[in-house]
Amino acid sequence: MTTRSRNYPNLYKDSVALMTVSAKIMAVPGIAAASVVMGSATNVANLAEAGLGNFEVRPNDLIVAVSGVEEACDAAIELADGLLSAKVRTVPQKDSDARSPITSIQMAVAQDPSNNFALISVPGDYAAAEAMKALRLGMNVMIFSDNVTSESELLLKKYADGHDLMVMGPDCGTAIVNGVPLGFANVVKRGPIGVVGASGTGTQEVTCRIHQLGSGVSQALGTGGHDLSGHIGGISMLHGLHALESDTNTHVIVLISKPPAPEIAERVLSAAAACAKPVVVIFLGADPAGINRKGVYAAGYLAQAADMAVALSIGSKPSAEPIAVSAEVRSRLTSLAQAMPPSQRYVRGIYSGGTFCFEAQLVHAASDIDGFSNTPTAGNRMLANIWKSQENTIIDMGDDEFTQGRPHPMIDPTLRNARIRDDAADPATAVVLFDVVLGYGSSNNPVEELIPLINTANADAKSKGRAIAFVAHVCGTDLDPQDRGKVIADLETAGVLVATSNAEAATWSSRIVAERKRAKS
Amino acid sequence: MKTLFEQELKVVNVGLQSFAANIDAAGGNATHLSWSPPAGADAALGWTVANMIGEPMIEEANRTAYERYLAAQPRLTDFLLARDAIPALTERRVLHAGPPIAWEQMCGPQKGAICGAILYEGWTDTIEAAEKLAASGKVLMEPCHTYGAVGPMAGVISPSMPVWVVENAAAGNRAFCNVNEGLGKVLRFGANSGDVIDRLKWLGTEFFTTMQIAVRGLADANLKPLMGQALHMGDELHNRNSAASGLLFKRLTLALMDSKVDGAAAKRALTFVARNDHFFLNLSMAACKSMSDAAHGVAGSSMVTAMSRNGVNFGIRLSGTGDRWFEAPVNPVNGLYFPGYTVNDAAADLGDSAITETNGLGGFAMAASPAIVQFVGGIPADATENSRRMLSITLGSNPAFTLPALDFGGTPAGIDARLVVDSGILPIINTGIAHKKAGVGQIGAGITAAPMECFSKAIAALAAALHGASPPARAAS
Repeated sequence: MTTRSRNYPNLYKDSVALMTVSAKIMAVPGIAAASVVMGSATNVANLAEAGLGNFEVRPNDLIVAVSGVEEACDAAIELADGLLSAKVRTVPQKDSDARSPITSIQMAVAQDPSNNFALISVPGDYAAAEAMKALRLGMNVMIFSDNVTSESELLLKKYADGHDLMVMGPDCGTAIVNGVPLGFANVVKRGPIGVVGASGTGTQEVTCRIHQLGSGVSQALGTGGHDLSGHIGGISMLHGLHALESDTNTHVIVLISKPPAPEIAERVLSAAAACAKPVVVIFLGADPAGINRKGVYAAGYLAQAADMAVALSIGSKPSAEPIAVSAEVRSRLTSLAQAMPPSQRYVRGIYSGGTFCFEAQLVHAASDIDGFSNTPTAGNRMLANIWKSQENTIIDMGDDEFTQGRPHPMIDPTLRNARIRDDAADPATAVVLFDVVLGYGSSNNPVEELIPLINTANADAKSKGRAIAFVAHVCGTDLDPQDRGKVIADLETAGVLVATSNAEAATWSSRIVAERKRAKS
Repeated sequence: MKTLFEQELKVVNVGLQSFAANIDAAGGNATHLSWSPPAGADAALGWTVANMIGEPMIEEANRTAYERYLAAQPRLTDFLLARDAIPALTERRVLHAGPPIAWEQMCGPQKGAICGAILYEGWTDTIEAAEKLAASGKVLMEPCHTYGAVGPMAGVISPSMPVWVVENAAAGNRAFCNVNEGLGKVLRFGANSGDVIDRLKWLGTEFFTTMQIAVRGLADANLKPLMGQALHMGDELHNRNSAASGLLFKRLTLALMDSKVDGAAAKRALTFVARNDHFFLNLSMAACKSMSDAAHGVAGSSMVTAMSRNGVNFGIRLSGTGDRWFEAPVNPVNGLYFPGYTVNDAAADLGDSAITETNGLGGFAMAASPAIVQFVGGIPADATENSRRMLSITLGSNPAFTLPALDFGGTPAGIDARLVVDSGILPIINTGIAHKKAGVGQIGAGITAAPMECFSKAIAALAAALHGASPPARAAS
């Protein structure tokens, strides 16, 4: 055991600095004891007691003393010397470099009181609390999260309504506020049409169509899928309707939902009738007769709601005619159907958008094509196994069972593509019907992997004497981050029939299936 | 909603980061939160605290409490024996740091200090007898805080010990703290050997009578301006009191020069003060206690009015929940140790001195005292950032205590328990580290944080109290 020391006359360092050096040289392997102290009487006594040596008391001298293995002592003394004479460390110049992260909504508002909107996508167990805080801080809220209890949703919406705020959601996927796309939303021109939608993809379809017709959207507000239930009572849809009614930039309003609970539908329709602006209503699958009233116009399908709203915005008479199929398309569909062998009979609708799936089932049912789904409607039945199509099958692959532990198919279409491949390989499949959803939130390359897969499927079918009809609709605009024109061109090059709306795609599909049904009978 | 249509949309994004990126890419304006589940991921408590954010009754109560805190004017008005200052101390009763704790559960230093106090009072003649007496239950032990007092580390105050009397001139409430004995083997670290008791006896006799004359003769008894000045001189008034001790020394010296005190006695007393850079700590604590107590007792207030440790548990009190303590096991101290000691020698966090952080000093005023961050290997920018971060959990900043490094902004003050639970940001506390064996003394210093559980419990209790006091405006699930 060796002891070593070094004396620094008239070098003052505060005790904290010295303790830092002590700690570092203590850590040198082979050091038994180390002390870096000013030479006060107490410290000198402590050094002696610790067996580090006897020193003269000189309060303004700095003493480095160590004991341990010889080489370690030398190394420690050198290390201490280096630390004691160290240059000033450069510190970050900008405050923001060292600034702590913002961890709460209240912190964000304290930092910038002009924050006026909260977009919440945390797990459902916590989403309601975040939303309540935002509301209490005077912010409007969009809750993308699902799995929020109905009780919480009601509390939030009542609080919001009492404070002239809106809760979009829970389970609200899409909104465009002041031109800013939120969640899964498309880039659309601004214009005279305001939208309140209980369905995310429904709102995407309507807003994109409005854009494609050359008009634009003032605001597209979401309500979440449970808003029009009897328990919630349409609080958000009514709030959104009134907000758009008093918005000077909105001239026509579109309301989008699956059919609400009857008493809620009536409440919403009364409010729509009382609204000073024309209101187009698309309650998917509901009887238009129950909707139409003064100033309220029932649309038959999503895209039609956009057509009617644009017409109303330019003072034209809106038309609610059923979807028309041109003679040219009709003959193409017929020749496709007639080229199929008897085994090919069924539609396989593989959707990423829940409302598109719903609408497609309605369209097929209207042509007396019944079948199966994981989200059955219009008389369809539940699939025995959601992973396997049977007869006519139209499924929503964005539904919970498919997204447990996986990204939504709009974000990552891998699983959806695999299902398209499987169904295309099924000799019973006549039509593969699908959607491609563009916009913020969706995959940047939605058909990159799908195109080669379709080419392979077509080649495979041909070799087996079959011909599959691929029918698709691309929901998006030319302003979206994805290149809509290229997506459509790629699909068409691969032989896909690309319709201009979901309802049109479904109509084409139903024509082929009806044709195959006739061929059989 | 409609007013939003006329404003620029400014989004706070809570959850999926890609949503914020998309908003920015689309030309919008989004702030993404570094979010984690609040309230320690207790969703029910998270909902409770969410319903307390912006609640008018709580906001109003906090305004009242905070104004009382700001208005407080602590003055060093007297130096008394504890039994004369605190009527309850006439019996065989000793006060200790932290929330209530039974003798059996106490840590080594606190037991040692209580035995020392028993010896000092002459209730027994030997340490062994003192331990027996303490264990017998015949000496009442209660928190200092119960009687408006505070004490650093073990925080032991017995009837014959002198205490500083600090009076809040604005409201008339008084606070007390014992005398800082210096470093090394001292009672507050649990030492109770003969020299420790002898020093206490001198402090209780010659020093007491001398200092009482000095205190009563002070030309300026105001502590707030002195503390404000010390902050500008590098103190944070918890772990660093060098400047404040010097400023106090000047005042005491002048007072004694004007008195008829025996010169030798005055010299001994002043020498004792001069040799202890921590001398002012106990006055800082008493001043803080008087300011916090002014804010205490406002129904509905979520402002924290006490934070303290008894060597086992950390306890806090809220203004709006009366004398209840909300406790959780103390957090470990992240610190540096004197040569020869390691974390294995350390007692758990101990003492009432976190009353300074409760008042916006200590860890909250770290920007005033950059040297302190070296205790955890930090740099001055960290000190500034620590003070800034504390602003996120406080009701405001105290204009009497300004920080040059924060452009002379006030220290963050008035901890709002709601904000702690919601943001997950814990109050930073600067602290000394005692050896776990009684009598060894201080072995290091460092930084620790108040445990979240204290704040969670306090918020749950405040919510219950609010619902009990008046019918809830909204049902909470």
